[in-house]
Amino acid sequence: MAAIASERPVLRSARLRGGGGQLALVLAVALALWGLWEGYRWIWVKTGFSWPFPVNDTTLPHVHTIVQALFVSPQVGGPWLLTTLFHNALFTAKEAAAGFALGAIIGFTLGVVLAHSGILERGFLPYIVASQTIPILAIAPMVVVWVNPRLPDPLANWGAVAVIAAYLTFFPVVINTLRGLQSVDPQALELMRSYAASRWTVLWKLRVPAAMPYLFAALKIAATASVVGAIIGELPSAISGGLGGAIINFAQYYSFQPQNLWATNLIAALLGIAFFLVIVFVERLVVHRPPEELV
Amino acid sequence: MSANEVVRVEGVSKRFARGAVTALQSIDLSIVEGEFVSLIGPSGCGKSTLLRLIGDLTEPTEGTVTVNGKSARRARVDRDYGIVFQDAVLYDWRTVAKNVALPLELAGWGRAQRAERVREMLRLVELDGFESHHPWELSGGMQQRVSIARALSFSPSILLMDEPFGALDEMTRERLNSELLRIWETTGSTVVFVTHSIAEAVFLSTRVVVMSPRPGRIANVVPIDLAQPRTAATREDPRYFELVTRVREALHIGSDREEPLARAVER
Repeated sequence: MAAIASERPVLRSARLRGGGGQLALVLAVALALWGLWEGYRWIWVKTGFSWPFPVNDTTLPHVHTIVQALFVSPQVGGPWLLTTLFHNALFTAKEAAAGFALGAIIGFTLGVVLAHSGILERGFLPYIVASQTIPILAIAPMVVVWVNPRLPDPLANWGAVAVIAAYLTFFPVVINTLRGLQSVDPQALELMRSYAASRWTVLWKLRVPAAMPYLFAALKIAATASVVGAIIGELPSAISGGLGGAIINFAQYYSFQPQNLWATNLIAALLGIAFFLVIVFVERLVVHRPPEELV
Repeated sequence: MSANEVVRVEGVSKRFARGAVTALQSIDLSIVEGEFVSLIGPSGCGKSTLLRLIGDLTEPTEGTVTVNGKSARRARVDRDYGIVFQDAVLYDWRTVAKNVALPLELAGWGRAQRAERVREMLRLVELDGFESHHPWELSGGMQQRVSIARALSFSPSILLMDEPFGALDEMTRERLNSELLRIWETTGSTVVFVTHSIAEAVFLSTRVVVMSPRPGRIANVVPIDLAQPRTAATREDPRYFELVTRVREALHIGSDREEPLARAVER
């Protein structure tokens, strides 16, 4: 008992310190990356190196130029680029979130089904793996053609993009759900057997909780993948409201205003990170594990 | 069958790997209500298998297991068993209280009833105050006490324990032995206890079943007539030493009957 009493506060304070320290660490790395970027730029410009590519304001604009671009209007009298991109990001976030939810539900359900049948697992898993070897750019136009005409009004256009995002999302979720459900300690299963628990009970009281760390590891991958999927899905479907539209637009003006495309990339990255952090946050609420096992 | 017979094992054999390995051969055993029976023997003697057969965690190749006058399967479905493994097998995502409440949840108890019983059980294993801790915050001995509380929470008529203290240090083990006896006296349950410690078997049991390996069979049954309740003084009682010696001899005789090493290797 004494041991427990003295152990707990240590754990708590380590966690707190971890929180503050983590933030400082992330900032320090951001600063280091900034230094690396500008340092690389400076050396290449100074010495006139042209390998692997010549460095100038077009190929590698200053970081501050990129950040400044956010607070300038691309068109005279228009809103700041940041405002435009913010709305684009919200649009893409809507697609990605819907795709993520759809993909996670499909992935989880498939994982549960496959975990309960060795035949289905052996029969279907190769095709699930194969599904991810098809380049998403090749199927995106098809999905748009198939799905779009059938969508009700509120989903018009962007619903197809959500389906494409779901296509990237479900894969890691299936694989890890399956592994997680099968990771259960045999003795924990025997315990359930001794209580004469039904398959359903074993699934919800034992297998699913045991699979949670696996599931969340997959959801973190899926969260960022859903943002990438949504952006790529926007490209062939000529949807201009999201970040994909902005990327196509600014890519055309890259040689004049490279900072706009870079700024768009920055916002897209921040959106992906936001998705990731939401999952990390939910994981902390849902999964109770020894502190050292938390990511 | 006598009125208060709880477990009856008749002519039970168990073969694994399509009959290649005989784990148990022609086992007959009867256990009456309130007994504390230890199964002891060297590894490979099938003592855990016998326990698992009684608990319907595995099925006999031949013979029958009757528990409370019904088949072992029926008894399992009726939740007649509380099981404690060598590892505590607590669910990490549940607090101590919720681990203890697990079988009650499955049996459909109401929330208030569960809370009441969990409090009672944690008091019984002297872990009150640890309700909201998670398993990983407890020592091995404390975890095993939670596991015992969980096994007893729904008042099963039989407690099956498979080397429950095998992974603990000697000091903790002796303390938990005394605690287990106190719980056994309080609850009056029937206990089947697998161990490979002679001292533990003699100290705890009303009867020690000595088993021998290849194939697993019952070599001897030693009744333990030490006075109840057993205390630290019991371990210094001359009768205790006599019984320890008897069990040890029974174990050795069981082993001597084993086939010569050369022939065993030949196989």
